[in-house]
Amino acid sequence: MESLSNKRKVIESKPLSLWERTYLPAVVKGLAITLKHFLFRKDVTVRYPEQKREFSENFRGMHSLKRDDEGRERCTACGLCALSCPAEAITMIAAERKPGEENLYREEKYAAVYEINMLRCIFCGLCEEACPKEAIYLDGDIVPADYLRKDFIYGKDKLVEAPLNQ
Amino acid sequence: MDTREIIVRLVLIVVIFLISLVIAMYSTYAERKIAAFFQDRVGPNRAGPFGILQPLADGAKMFLKEEIIPTNSSKFLFIVGPSLAIMTACIGSAVIPWGQQIQIGTRMYDLQVTDINVGLLYIFGVVSLGVYGVMIGGWASNNKYSLLGAIRAASQNISYEIAMGLSIIALLMVTNTLSLKEIAAQQHGWHWNVLYQPIGFLLFIVCAFAETNRTPFDLPECETELVGGYHTEYSSMKLGFYLFAEYINMFVSSAVMATLYWGGYNYPGMDWVAAHVGPVVGPLIGMVVLFAKIFLFIFFFMWVRWTIPRFRYDQLMDLGWKGLIPLAIANIIGTGLWITFVK
Repeated sequence: MESLSNKRKVIESKPLSLWERTYLPAVVKGLAITLKHFLFRKDVTVRYPEQKREFSENFRGMHSLKRDDEGRERCTACGLCALSCPAEAITMIAAERKPGEENLYREEKYAAVYEINMLRCIFCGLCEEACPKEAIYLDGDIVPADYLRKDFIYGKDKLVEAPLNQ
Repeated sequence: MDTREIIVRLVLIVVIFLISLVIAMYSTYAERKIAAFFQDRVGPNRAGPFGILQPLADGAKMFLKEEIIPTNSSKFLFIVGPSLAIMTACIGSAVIPWGQQIQIGTRMYDLQVTDINVGLLYIFGVVSLGVYGVMIGGWASNNKYSLLGAIRAASQNISYEIAMGLSIIALLMVTNTLSLKEIAAQQHGWHWNVLYQPIGFLLFIVCAFAETNRTPFDLPECETELVGGYHTEYSSMKLGFYLFAEYINMFVSSAVMATLYWGGYNYPGMDWVAAHVGPVVGPLIGMVVLFAKIFLFIFFFMWVRWTIPRFRYDQLMDLGWKGLIPLAIANIIGTGLWITFVK
């Protein structure tokens, strides 16, 4: 059949000559190639714990719950992130802000408990997009390994950003 | 042989034994490091600086692992297998001359455990004993993969021993002696046997690869077909012994090749050096030279391992019986003609 793409190559398989059948030329050629790697090629290994590769700008890692300019938690416990989450990783319990807590929470309602199950999370970033208060971002590091399943359910202690003045 | 001689010999035995163990230990490290460099990687670098404590960590791991002896195995033979493998690997180095005579006090001592006049045959015998460890272990495991590995090891070793023996015969026609001490001494001053027996050396090194079960002839433990080959059922230090025996074999066969073909402890200008540094340091330099040659051969073993893929079984047999053996016979005839008409 005629080739339409003109990419076809006809390969002739000639019987090996006696010299080639001793395997020696092929062996020497192979040894030369590996020796070149041994002597000249630099390794490409990143020595991980000491040396880290930079993440790309839109890398999605561990979540953090943000504070506003005055150090108040932005989250108002509307539950849109939980609703948008395709993996159902997010749960929360809302509470009403008491008088005197205005310096802690920006809105009148806040999340008393906010939990993300990192084993369920698929790091799609839909919570980030759903949030009307710009309260959650996946801007952290890689979620570290652990031994027990219960330790992968991250509460507010791990998720909320550090207070401003500290 | 008086008391002093015996003490010197005993010290030599212990030193050589320790050296072969340490070299085998660090061969595992070298193998992993060299493999890494061939593949543009880093290799073990966590245990100690540059990972030089890695063999110790591996050894500790081997000892601490659970020891499993399969219920349906033949327990006695299951233990004999690895013991035999490591024992035959260790006794091969007894006849290798590590250097010229060394002067201690006023007397001269051989840097060789024993100089038996059939040294070459002894090495040949020890090498062929090595396969029994593999065979017994594979048989005793009561596992078809192990058995297949053992059968392959046996037939491979028998096939390649013939070619190896024939290549040694051609060497003997040149040297006229079986004593390794004399063979090493004869090669003094650029009379290295590899210059007279290039084809013989080529045959010998190919067979050495097959006898030590190294790639491209590592069919007895070929993991793509046979899980782990003859040591599938082994765990803990028994597995360690098998792996260790392979590296000691590699060291001994490198030493044999260096002694038989590459001049042993001889190096260019050694008379001049010996005259200047005296009768104690001179032989020691020769010993260092011999070890340098041995390390080069070990490096070559590893270099080939990370370059050439494994032979298919029928190709292996083809190469052995139809390639190497006729070539070895032709080499014997050629050497005979050369000795008769040229020399």
